[in-house]
Amino acid sequence: MTATARETVLGRIRDALALSGPVPDAAGPAVPRAYRTGRTLPDHERLELLVDRLVDYRATVRTCTAARTCEEIAEALRERGARRVGVPAGLDEAWLAGYDGEVRRDFADLPAPRLAELDGVVTASAVTCAETGTIFLDGSPDQGRRALSLVPDLHVCVVDLSSVVVGVPEAVARLVPERPTTLISGPSATSDIELERVEGVHGPRTLVVVIRTDA
Amino acid sequence: MRIGLFATCLGDTLFPDAVKATAVLIARLGHEVVFPPAQTCCGQMHVNTGYQREPVPLVRNFAEQFGDPSIDAVVMPSGSCAGSVRHQHPIVAERYGDAALRDGVETVRAKTYELSELLVDVLGVTDVGAYFPHRVTYHPTCHSLRMLRVGEKPLRLLRAVDSIDLVELPEADACCGFGGTFAVKNADTSGAMLQDKAENILSTGADVCTAGDSSCLMHIGGGLSRIKSGTRTLHLAQILASTRTSPFVFPKTETAAR
Amino acid sequence: MSSTFLGMPATPPRSPFGTGNLRGERKFPKAAHDELRNEQLRRNLRKATHSIRAKRLAVTSELPDWERLRDAGSAIKADTMNRLPELLEQLERKVTEHGGTVHWARDGVEANEIVTRLVKETGSDEVIKVKSMATQETGLNEHLESQGVTAYETDLAELIVQLAHDKPSHILVPAIHRNRDEIRDIFRSAIPGVDPRLDSVPAHLAAAARAYLREKFMSVPVAVSGANFGIAETGTLSVVESEGNGRMCLTMPKTLITVMGIEKVLPRYQDLEVFLQLLPRSSTGERMNPYTSMWTGVVPGDGPQEFHLVLLDNGRTAALADRIGRQALHCIRCSACLNVCPVYERAGGHAYGSTYPGPIGAVLTPQLAGMDAAKNDPNSSLPYASSLCGACFDACPVKIDIPSLLVELRHQHTEQAGTTAEKLAMKAAATVMTRPGLFTAAQKAAGTGGRVLAGRDRKISRLPAPFDGWTDTRDLPAPPRRTFRSWLASAEGEAALRSAAEEGARLGDGAVRHDAPHESHEEGNR
Repeated sequence: MTATARETVLGRIRDALALSGPVPDAAGPAVPRAYRTGRTLPDHERLELLVDRLVDYRATVRTCTAARTCEEIAEALRERGARRVGVPAGLDEAWLAGYDGEVRRDFADLPAPRLAELDGVVTASAVTCAETGTIFLDGSPDQGRRALSLVPDLHVCVVDLSSVVVGVPEAVARLVPERPTTLISGPSATSDIELERVEGVHGPRTLVVVIRTDA
Repeated sequence: MRIGLFATCLGDTLFPDAVKATAVLIARLGHEVVFPPAQTCCGQMHVNTGYQREPVPLVRNFAEQFGDPSIDAVVMPSGSCAGSVRHQHPIVAERYGDAALRDGVETVRAKTYELSELLVDVLGVTDVGAYFPHRVTYHPTCHSLRMLRVGEKPLRLLRAVDSIDLVELPEADACCGFGGTFAVKNADTSGAMLQDKAENILSTGADVCTAGDSSCLMHIGGGLSRIKSGTRTLHLAQILASTRTSPFVFPKTETAAR
Repeated sequence: MSSTFLGMPATPPRSPFGTGNLRGERKFPKAAHDELRNEQLRRNLRKATHSIRAKRLAVTSELPDWERLRDAGSAIKADTMNRLPELLEQLERKVTEHGGTVHWARDGVEANEIVTRLVKETGSDEVIKVKSMATQETGLNEHLESQGVTAYETDLAELIVQLAHDKPSHILVPAIHRNRDEIRDIFRSAIPGVDPRLDSVPAHLAAAARAYLREKFMSVPVAVSGANFGIAETGTLSVVESEGNGRMCLTMPKTLITVMGIEKVLPRYQDLEVFLQLLPRSSTGERMNPYTSMWTGVVPGDGPQEFHLVLLDNGRTAALADRIGRQALHCIRCSACLNVCPVYERAGGHAYGSTYPGPIGAVLTPQLAGMDAAKNDPNSSLPYASSLCGACFDACPVKIDIPSLLVELRHQHTEQAGTTAEKLAMKAAATVMTRPGLFTAAQKAAGTGGRVLAGRDRKISRLPAPFDGWTDTRDLPAPPRRTFRSWLASAEGEAALRSAAEEGARLGDGAVRHDAPHESHEEGNR
């Protein structure tokens, strides 16, 4: 009988562990998690921290109340000259009520390359980490499939302040592992040429974050 | 206190002035200098070059020489040798030694200090009454800095020296490129590191570059001597041992020969 | 079949000799000798490493719990290694449950064959690739090419390296050895249809890469990626990146093939909260990298509808078998150790001859591929390519004690090497130094010899081989006539100590200032 690669590799690992023995400094199942978790901050401090980080990444930040969502989105799109935008199937229709361009609702059968015809995309978001300025998209109906927020060159992302947490542990705790999750911290960037940061490579070159302070 | 002095093989043979200064300094601070006569070498070069069986007798000898319970603390004017005693001797004893050696090593390592540690942590002194009216820059050697974590201790001692003009060394925490046999096995890379260290030292305009390890100073001094820079290297102990009544006198040439 | 069935564990094999990219052609000192002569390379590396060091320090020092995160990261990795079989089986089960297919590869050759077969099954003769250390290690691109499949690297730096038929020289910034003018020239000559007036402004170069690759992203139906993390608990895989090429490759094609080293598994989804803080801050010096993708199997209507995970051994189990060396498997490929290493900064990544350069490469490569697989194996020189300065240990986000690993591998090498001239010399030195009488005699002989070599200026400027490298750039002082021990035993030494004690007593406490002593070693293993 020939062993499968699976059996061989697992057997080798067991042999290796038998040979090297228990590692003395191994902490065992009890990992020391003395780092900061479960942090909270008042609304205005979370907002201030998040805005600082987003601006640092050269994202464009707009803050508004929920009542002004459609005006802010319309202005953001108009400012960037976006004439044709895509939205996920589950996005609140009212959000685009102030926009006079063409709105295309995404559906899964649309080949992803066709998304390149869009000038921009508008989505909601799942959770946001203030300390790192990171927005988490999880493929919920108001955020859509991953290609939708990737291919168009402009991404207008709506973040509700109630979904903004302080640090990374607080954000990870809110995620649903099985959902396809994308972490976005500013527009795409590269530092591959002499470590000089260049914004805008393959992902959207412009990220506009609309923060709703009462939502 | 009875303080055991480990001269180190390099200090004993090539840089005795640094060891003399260490002995004089301890005596001046009112402590008894004990020099176990059969001491030789800590075996650091062996272990760092990959040899762990060969230095077993050296590790044993060190433990025997300094194991005497009447010796309260062991000091050496070398961060890397102190690092070897504290970190490498247990490894060698564990792997190739017997229970007696492991015990002996453990006893000695717990009371072994590099010079600035002994002064600041054990003897509780930062101002040792030294006088050194020259411009000095300090290179924190890697093993003092990152293995022993002496931190600011040498600088605190230097800042307290009367009339010293202490200037900060740019990129101070960068390795000088010595690394024991590294300087021979990878002489080109080591030389490139030394070149940058020398440029940083010269940029300070210091008369003296000091450190807590004669081996790194041998490397830096060798580079400074080759480019005929005029900046000298001097062990930290030699600055701290210099006083108004018996100030340090620069020898005519770079060597410590008399 | 594993020998555990026979009751005796067998030492797992290294990566097969002559395969993949885990061995250079020359030993480190020789390769470094040539690289050091490249002034342009020296300047590029110095600029890059120094700027990234400053950024890393800024973002790691702003976290008050940075050391606690490092402790957690280190412990999670140690725990992972101890439970590797069950975690991999759990990962396999979870990925399968979510519609993925898991493959196991004993070595790089097998991984390359699996990937090639899977690509061919899609009917495509092209693949797009996300930067992946594992497939660089196995030499996947070369293998695909030999099988008629074209691989397009989509990370900007990997693209630069690929277009120049070059090799990566850094884990994170593979083209760190190239400056903007060189990159402009590479793009002008190798990107089809590029504007011949393309200049060397980094933004313009990035735009040229965007235009070239966009068409590939939209049309190539299969992608190959690596993985930063694979979560056993949920079957979730993760790729951490900056440019969006990762998102493109993980999202646009119909088929995704991910090659992951077996040590990249993490027990729990929660562990991401540690590594998503450690990795970006250590690697690019950012609070967070622009994009991280996490996916679990196949999601209907979103992204690739076929997903394969290839779990790669290729010498990892050989490393795991070493009690000390296995720490190297904790590496999360952040490259912080490269950026702080004074040797890497001068010699550059190519001198290491392996996919994994720098301090971590010097301890990982010899363990994956061995260091005595051939006479004068270049890998045997890697553990010596360090001054043991310890900067890498301080920078490592999972606290791999690289200096101790280097010393350990040097020991393993000398043990394997049998009797050498160096070993005899070391033995002789130890014998002499164990006998104080002999030691004193040797000191005398060295003193006399040294003083003869030095001549009148009391410095030695030319040493015989094998020490001639020293005197290429350094003098050596002539040994003084009197050793410390002979001085101490002399009337002069005795008098010096007596007068020092008297001076101290005379000046009393006024001469020295005493602080509160605290007798303990303050060092910590950071």
